[in-house]
Amino acid sequence: MTTVAWTRRRFAVSAFWRSFRADREGLIGLISLLVIAVIALAAPLLASATELSPTKATGPVLAAPSLEYPFGTDDSGRSVLLLVIWGSRVSLLVGLAATLISMVIGTVVGVAAGHFGGAGGFLTRFAGGTLNRLTEWFLVIPYLPLAIALMVVAIRYNLPLVLAVIIVIGITSWPSTARLVRAQTLAIEGRPYIERAKVLGAGHWHQMTRHVLPNVMPLVLANTTLTVSIAILAETTLSFLGLGSGDSISWGTIISSARNHVAMSNGQWWWFLFPGIAVVVVVRAFNMCGRALERILDPRLKERS
Amino acid sequence: MSETTGGGAARRRPRATGLGYVLRKVLGSVLTLLFVAVFNFFLFQILPGDPAKAFAPKGRNSDPEALAALRRQYGSGLSLWEKFTRYVDRMVHLDFGVSYTQHAEVTKVIGERLWPTVLLSGTALLLAAGIGVWIGARSGWRHGSRFDRSSSSIAVTAYSMPEWWLGLILIFAFASPGGLDIFPLTGMRDSRSTLPEWLDVAWHMVLPVASLAVVYIAEYSLIMRSSILDERYSEYLTVARAKGLRDDVVLRRHALPNALLPSVTLFLMSVGFIVSGAITVETIFSWPGLGLLTSEALRGPDVPLLQGVFIVFSAGVILMNLVADLVYPLLDPRVRRS
Repeated sequence: MTTVAWTRRRFAVSAFWRSFRADREGLIGLISLLVIAVIALAAPLLASATELSPTKATGPVLAAPSLEYPFGTDDSGRSVLLLVIWGSRVSLLVGLAATLISMVIGTVVGVAAGHFGGAGGFLTRFAGGTLNRLTEWFLVIPYLPLAIALMVVAIRYNLPLVLAVIIVIGITSWPSTARLVRAQTLAIEGRPYIERAKVLGAGHWHQMTRHVLPNVMPLVLANTTLTVSIAILAETTLSFLGLGSGDSISWGTIISSARNHVAMSNGQWWWFLFPGIAVVVVVRAFNMCGRALERILDPRLKERS
Repeated sequence: MSETTGGGAARRRPRATGLGYVLRKVLGSVLTLLFVAVFNFFLFQILPGDPAKAFAPKGRNSDPEALAALRRQYGSGLSLWEKFTRYVDRMVHLDFGVSYTQHAEVTKVIGERLWPTVLLSGTALLLAAGIGVWIGARSGWRHGSRFDRSSSSIAVTAYSMPEWWLGLILIFAFASPGGLDIFPLTGMRDSRSTLPEWLDVAWHMVLPVASLAVVYIAEYSLIMRSSILDERYSEYLTVARAKGLRDDVVLRRHALPNALLPSVTLFLMSVGFIVSGAITVETIFSWPGLGLLTSEALRGPDVPLLQGVFIVFSAGVILMNLVADLVYPLLDPRVRRS
């Protein structure tokens, strides 16, 4: 890379940051995410892990919110506030790691499908077409039944549950990224500088990594933020169905145990209300950032507002 | 609507191209369904161990004869290819085997549970489409207004919410002694009820439909809002205003029909999203549909039942996608012409 290219990139990044800062919704989302990340990282400082063991908990059983226990306590006397704070770690870890998997698969498949599907000989076109078809096929499979089926298989193989959830969510959510990336790749490959690169003898790998990928990445970034929120919701849903993170505490497992103890009918609203609010706050923050990124990166959206 | 379709109808293309298009789309859907079926086979094929042992009733009830019968039925000991041909043969005859937890044929069990799911999700969907279009159109038309700001903010919040969590809150608020105890807690009908049956079912439906509909309304209103925003500065709207039409008429007669087009496809294609809602919401309300059946099949796990449910849900989504593809050219003359 030449210095010119780097200077240009630095300009692009600072221009991007200026427009992001001007977007109120995105900024609020980003700040909320930073606060939540700090809380999740600081969880061991706020609460020792021993207080979370059901047998060592000291609080009263099923106490309503009070000054000492702002979110109340659960059936074994653990503070729901501490559970929610510790739960953020698993929920965020699963959400981010699953998104990473989905993003890598989606980008690789999308760029390859777009690049090879567009031009070239019969074989490359065939490969691109096959990838595209595969994406479309996976796109129609509803994610929850697929995730359930995959989790059943993973449990049979005794995979560590958190890892299984990450992999399962990762491989159920890549097709939408792949479709988006493919469309963007096709748009970029129509531009003259790709033609120039080809004429100068650039190979497939060079074209894809040096020309297509840098142009696709911003869009992938916006899509990623939205994917994280889907992944966190998926983790919560799987844990709620009893397929999730097992013994480790996540927001989904807290709500699931509240439901198993019929907390709704017994009036123990704090037990399922607060972890759910945590889910909504985090997912909403990711959605806000994602929407802001879309607004900034999609020129079509910029024109009309 | 009348203006746009009227103009297109006069220039309708010959039927032949339409037929080719329909055939191509139907063939594509059939191929997709085949892929799902093959995928379904291999997905459950990689389950390790002896399936008969894993799914046979445990403990004192397990007699060797039943185990042998299960093995025969499950095809243990056959080669992969033989298993696969057997599977294909069964699929063609719509035979998904026998469920272990329900002790009945999977096809029959699914058939019994299909209608409650269609009733529940369909009602939620229709309600949500109507309300979502209204809210989305209004907030997109008055972009930046107070209504737009508050409704968009509520929609993003509702969209970030697991629908089953909303269901738990509704149960606490409206069906428990702690809150207003006015709606039934679970199920689809109450044998002790004195109400006519349809009213009883409708009464049981209120809470599950509400928890599904809130999330769908959020999704649909956001889709509708952005497609109204796309149309807002179109020239034909300036023309309509220049003719002296009232703002309301410009929205209803000119902007809305055009903005609805992309929304209709997105509505139909979001059925995959509805499937997951059906599974979780039916589970918490014990609504006797396919969703509850899925979470019941998880105990065990009841593999034949899971396979069957997986195929049915995927087929539903594929069908709705096909409908979206086929309906779109009927609604949009521009697509029909190209």
